[in-house]
Amino acid sequence: MIGPIVDGFSAVVVALGVLFFALGTLGLLRFADAPSRLHALTKVDNLGLGLIVLGLLPQVAFPLGTLKLIGVWLLALLAGATTGQLLGTAVIAGAGNPSPASRTDDAGHADLAPADPPVLPGAGPT
Amino acid sequence: MIDPAAWSPDLIPDLLLALLLPGLALFVVAARQIAAALIGFVAVGLVLALAWVRLGSVDVALTEAALGSGLAGFLLFGALRRLPAETARPPAVGLRVAAGLLSVLVAAGLAALVLSLPEPAPTLAPAAVKHLPELGVGNPVTAVLVAYRAIDTLMEAIVLVPVLIAIWSLAPERAWGGRPAAFAGLAPRPVLTLLVQVIAPLAVVVGVHLFWTATSNPGGAFQGGSVIAAAWVLAMAAGLAAPPPVSRRWPRVLAVAAGVVFIGVGAAGAWLGHGFLGYPPGLAKPLILLVEAVLVLSIAVSMGLLLAGPPGDSADSGERR
Repeated sequence: MIGPIVDGFSAVVVALGVLFFALGTLGLLRFADAPSRLHALTKVDNLGLGLIVLGLLPQVAFPLGTLKLIGVWLLALLAGATTGQLLGTAVIAGAGNPSPASRTDDAGHADLAPADPPVLPGAGPT
Repeated sequence: MIDPAAWSPDLIPDLLLALLLPGLALFVVAARQIAAALIGFVAVGLVLALAWVRLGSVDVALTEAALGSGLAGFLLFGALRRLPAETARPPAVGLRVAAGLLSVLVAAGLAALVLSLPEPAPTLAPAAVKHLPELGVGNPVTAVLVAYRAIDTLMEAIVLVPVLIAIWSLAPERAWGGRPAAFAGLAPRPVLTLLVQVIAPLAVVVGVHLFWTATSNPGGAFQGGSVIAAAWVLAMAAGLAAPPPVSRRWPRVLAVAAGVVFIGVGAAGAWLGHGFLGYPPGLAKPLILLVEAVLVLSIAVSMGLLLAGPPGDSADSGERR
């Protein structure tokens, strides 16, 4: 008797997550500038995937399956936030310091253009 | 052709994958920027990995995600970065149409072959499963890779060394002996530093797990090694671990270790009368684990060095020797 309620919860929450993904994709396609698009994308990673994971939690074996799903969500959060920051920084740096158009337009070199002096700590695996 | 009785809702994800894959492939061919095509290529690999999971081939899925998508994508991006801007233009429409047609032709040929197999398709699976207890290995894929077809895996382990030599050969004369310069000159980015500090320990654990679990579950030395290599390269890109100078001895020793150990184990098998790469009964599992463990190490090191690229002639690569 608890089964249908749990399944209903899963269905509703996963559907909500899918809705967030759809909205985020719409934002990615329709927003005007790169930072807004990144915002849409990372928001989707956070909320859409979070809701889908939340909906799936009651459907998996308790300790291991649950932890794996939460781990997947946390890793996706970390990766999304990091790439969002890196891309955002590159976009801002590219806007302030435009590199030759042929490089940014044709080959997508824009993210590699800002070349500050290297500050590498010598703590390598040597 | 399609039996309506075979339809079930379980096929919906498969149908979506079957539509998504050619769509993405088309995007890769039609993309107007090389970088976009490369991103599409990586996406194709990841979706393809999902398709392999749906087909029950988790071993292949792991390899596709780690090597076919991640590693190959990284190498291609590195190649794009090295191209001078004027040659980094996407190929002309005619060439792209020809490439697309060639891909379609190859896919159609493969599809024709698969569809023309007799029913049931000929299989060596029962033979592969039959000897698993003697090997002490539970995953038939691992048994094929390190026991039945060990010679192929030996070649794969060795081939990374000539590839590394080839990549190092691209170094300009004056830069030889220095550090790979791919990540030199990148400003430290705190976000990336944080990511590496969190991800790298996890990646090492996942990599070792992938190798260790391969005796009974999907996984393997190549998958595990490439995960560790990816973490190492991330650490290099974040400036947390400078790539070793190519003149150092330890990266070279580690890169050839797998081939040496593999050939040693194989020769010992021949000396003991089990044939080259034949394992003595009872010792099969420990030997397989030994070979796989050294393979992980060699693959991680050589792939990391492959991704770091040749030593460059940036100003600082010489002085930091």
